[in-house]
Amino acid sequence: MSDTYLNLVNSGVTKKIAKQLGLPQPSPLRRYEPGQPLLQGAVLVLGRGAQSDALAGLLSSDWDLDVHRHATPGTRYSAVVLALTELTHPDQLSDPVLAAGGVLKTLPKGARVVTVSRASRPDDAPAVAAARQGVDGMLRSVAKELRGGSTGNGIVLAEDVPVTAPSVVGALRFFLSTKSAFVDGQLLTIDSSAGALPDDWERPLAGRVAVVTGAARGIGASIADTLARDGATVIAVDVPAAGEQLATVANRVRGTALQLDVTAEDAGARILEHALQRHGRLDIVVHNAGITRDKLLANMAPDTWDSVLAVNIASQLRINEALLTSGDFTDAPRVVSLASTSGIAGNRGQTNYAASKGGVIGMVRATAPLLTAFGGTANAVAPGFIETEMTARIPAVTRQVARRLNSLQQGGQPVDVAETVAFLASPAAGGVVGRVLRVCGQNLVGQ
Amino acid sequence: MAQTTPTPTLQVRPAYVLGGNRIPFARAGGPYVRASNQDMLTAAIDGLVARYGLQGERIGEVAAGAVLKHSKDFNLTREAVLGSALSAETPAYDVQQACATGLETVVSLSNKIRLGQLESAIAGGVDSTSDAPIAVSNRLRRALLDLSRAKTVGQKLAAVSKIRPKDLAPSAPNTGEPRTHLSMGEHQALTTAQWEISQAAQDEVALASHQRLAAAYDSGFFDDLVTPFRSLTRDANLRADSSLEKLAKLKPAFGLGLDTPATMTAGNSTPLSDGASTVLLGSAEWAAEHDLVPLASVVDAEAGAVDFVHSDDGLLMAPAFAVPRLLARNGLTLDDLDYVEIHEAFAATVLTTLAAWESEEFGRTRLGLDGAFGTVDRAKLNVHGSSLAAGHPFAATGGRIIATISKELHRRKAESGSDRPVRALVSVCAAGGLGLTAILEAA
Repeated sequence: MSDTYLNLVNSGVTKKIAKQLGLPQPSPLRRYEPGQPLLQGAVLVLGRGAQSDALAGLLSSDWDLDVHRHATPGTRYSAVVLALTELTHPDQLSDPVLAAGGVLKTLPKGARVVTVSRASRPDDAPAVAAARQGVDGMLRSVAKELRGGSTGNGIVLAEDVPVTAPSVVGALRFFLSTKSAFVDGQLLTIDSSAGALPDDWERPLAGRVAVVTGAARGIGASIADTLARDGATVIAVDVPAAGEQLATVANRVRGTALQLDVTAEDAGARILEHALQRHGRLDIVVHNAGITRDKLLANMAPDTWDSVLAVNIASQLRINEALLTSGDFTDAPRVVSLASTSGIAGNRGQTNYAASKGGVIGMVRATAPLLTAFGGTANAVAPGFIETEMTARIPAVTRQVARRLNSLQQGGQPVDVAETVAFLASPAAGGVVGRVLRVCGQNLVGQ
Repeated sequence: MAQTTPTPTLQVRPAYVLGGNRIPFARAGGPYVRASNQDMLTAAIDGLVARYGLQGERIGEVAAGAVLKHSKDFNLTREAVLGSALSAETPAYDVQQACATGLETVVSLSNKIRLGQLESAIAGGVDSTSDAPIAVSNRLRRALLDLSRAKTVGQKLAAVSKIRPKDLAPSAPNTGEPRTHLSMGEHQALTTAQWEISQAAQDEVALASHQRLAAAYDSGFFDDLVTPFRSLTRDANLRADSSLEKLAKLKPAFGLGLDTPATMTAGNSTPLSDGASTVLLGSAEWAAEHDLVPLASVVDAEAGAVDFVHSDDGLLMAPAFAVPRLLARNGLTLDDLDYVEIHEAFAATVLTTLAAWESEEFGRTRLGLDGAFGTVDRAKLNVHGSSLAAGHPFAATGGRIIATISKELHRRKAESGSDRPVRALVSVCAAGGLGLTAILEAA
């Protein structure tokens, strides 16, 4: 879907007019392509202590980035990393945060600000908890201040997780890269040191077999493309009626097409049978299949409610149960499920959809612990306004408004959701246990 | 004493059906009205490739064909392969044996696999009655050819001057037999009358076809046999809500000029259809290398033909003669079969074939047996419906039947859990008095 407004405010006379009128000026986002360098300039790593030094070392030695520990006047930093895991008092925020503030005006388009901090807990000393929680409010505000397609995101470590844990490293790379183009103002908690770094960051899913439901079009097709690009063998699943587009996707990603209604009682068994028979294993399940049947609750017919719950959550529970009890989903398995900002913040006319998507969030939270013994995990991705066939049907004015209601002032692309799914499906994300990562450009609704 | 060279022993191995794919069959002038044979065959191949992960694979050989074929489609199958996700190094050839085309591709390719010439193959067929070739009249064609050869203005004018207004009328395709000028329906009407088959009996066959095909769709049986095409997700001709009452009300369409009652209606005859089908074949080794499960082996086949021009044998009765030869050669009787698939060109085609086999006289005088050939248990017949419900894009029917019954054979064998062979007979009649029949056995 093309965003005419975004194109207009970025070219010629209309660009000038928009600027003079103070209209929103969304900036085109740069997306990932294989071979793209992680960053296009120097990175400023702020914060003091051994853990900050460890992070700076990782960026300079492992990833060969030009790392500065102090702002050098005249340098346009492509990213600022605030290493704040050793904070013990809110007073200590001042130095690194103000130092970051000093370079914000010179950031190029598409720059990245990433905080690395620790989760505040009820048994922290009050000053420690205050400092840690302060990072949360600060980061979300910085993200709202940034312009030009730049984003701010945070990595929040559980108490005993070292800054060099695979999931911290993986999340840092994801947030710094263009793969997180539409992820903004989000704080991702790293719960454990589980997970593994890939041998090749270009193909983190090599040797893995992934099933993607609802893969015939839109976000699902993009997820199939992205997982395949990252090296996974993809089983593309969709209802038999979508078989023609499904075959196109399966042939494009050199995977297999499985025509299947996910609400069928034996869907999990059939997915597993296909995966084992045809590909010898199953490692990743992406529950993307979903439907909307919007209606005010006051006017909701039983079928309208039930069909949404059946497709969007009940089918996922049934498939997960079949996989988890099979004994064949035990090699660092990954479940990634599609939630929605509607499931977090609610949306008028979507009680059924929001119930199903809230359900997804609860499901992954309770499913992930069942998988940790095998090095596995389950997580959710919550898209905001994404440019798809579905959102293209929203009335024009409503659509224009919906697009601007986030810090990036535009809708995301299916690939933005797909990149986040691919990250959570990757070996490096093993320490992310039952979390939700929003892909919404920091939508104004909800957290 | 002269040394004799030992005759090399011919090694024959089984050839298996590994799967299939077809597009839903449409009625002529329906959703595929703008789809060419090449479009449909390519779609059917691509769906097969997607289902079995064969992208970029060099398949041993692809054979397919169409009954109604444009002369520009001389390399139809190869062109479809080039447009598909298969390796462009996959060889292909066209086959044309009227309505037996699809089954003949299965038989010939599986024989090549049995002989070790091929490890893998895709058999198929396609037909479009919506995008059928239209020819110009013979007089116009000759004049145009003369014109193209003409060198001088005078020669050109002479060529053009031979064209008369009536020559401009196109010569539309028809299903008439060249030697009798009777349509297939009129030929079957003669046979139907000869064997005294009632409309009620024909309608029962038609109803069962619709009900069984609908049930198979509803149970998800076709989820891994059919890939939608151009918004069509099920066979357009399928009438799940058909009934004997509705069928009985239809007016006769064939045999109106005979002395006997006309019994064949649009409801118990197949409509003109558009569609394509494919069947994936391979050796056990190739299947294992590609993590594919053999569904059924193609055991044997027998073609037949009747002299419908000079004798009383009906145009579509060749299978009635071929099947007894086929079963005898394999030491089998009708009772040894678990499934019998008789292509429903017309409901009456099935019933006249069964009637011939049940006839003492036919068995003795025409088949040279001691009595009747035998009876087919109707519960074994066309268990998931056939052409009356699905439609009949001529060359695509063989692939539809083979893929469907192979999946069913494998399902039954797995369910039974025993070593007892599970077998199916497939019988397809064709224009020109032809017939092709085959035996499949569950793997």
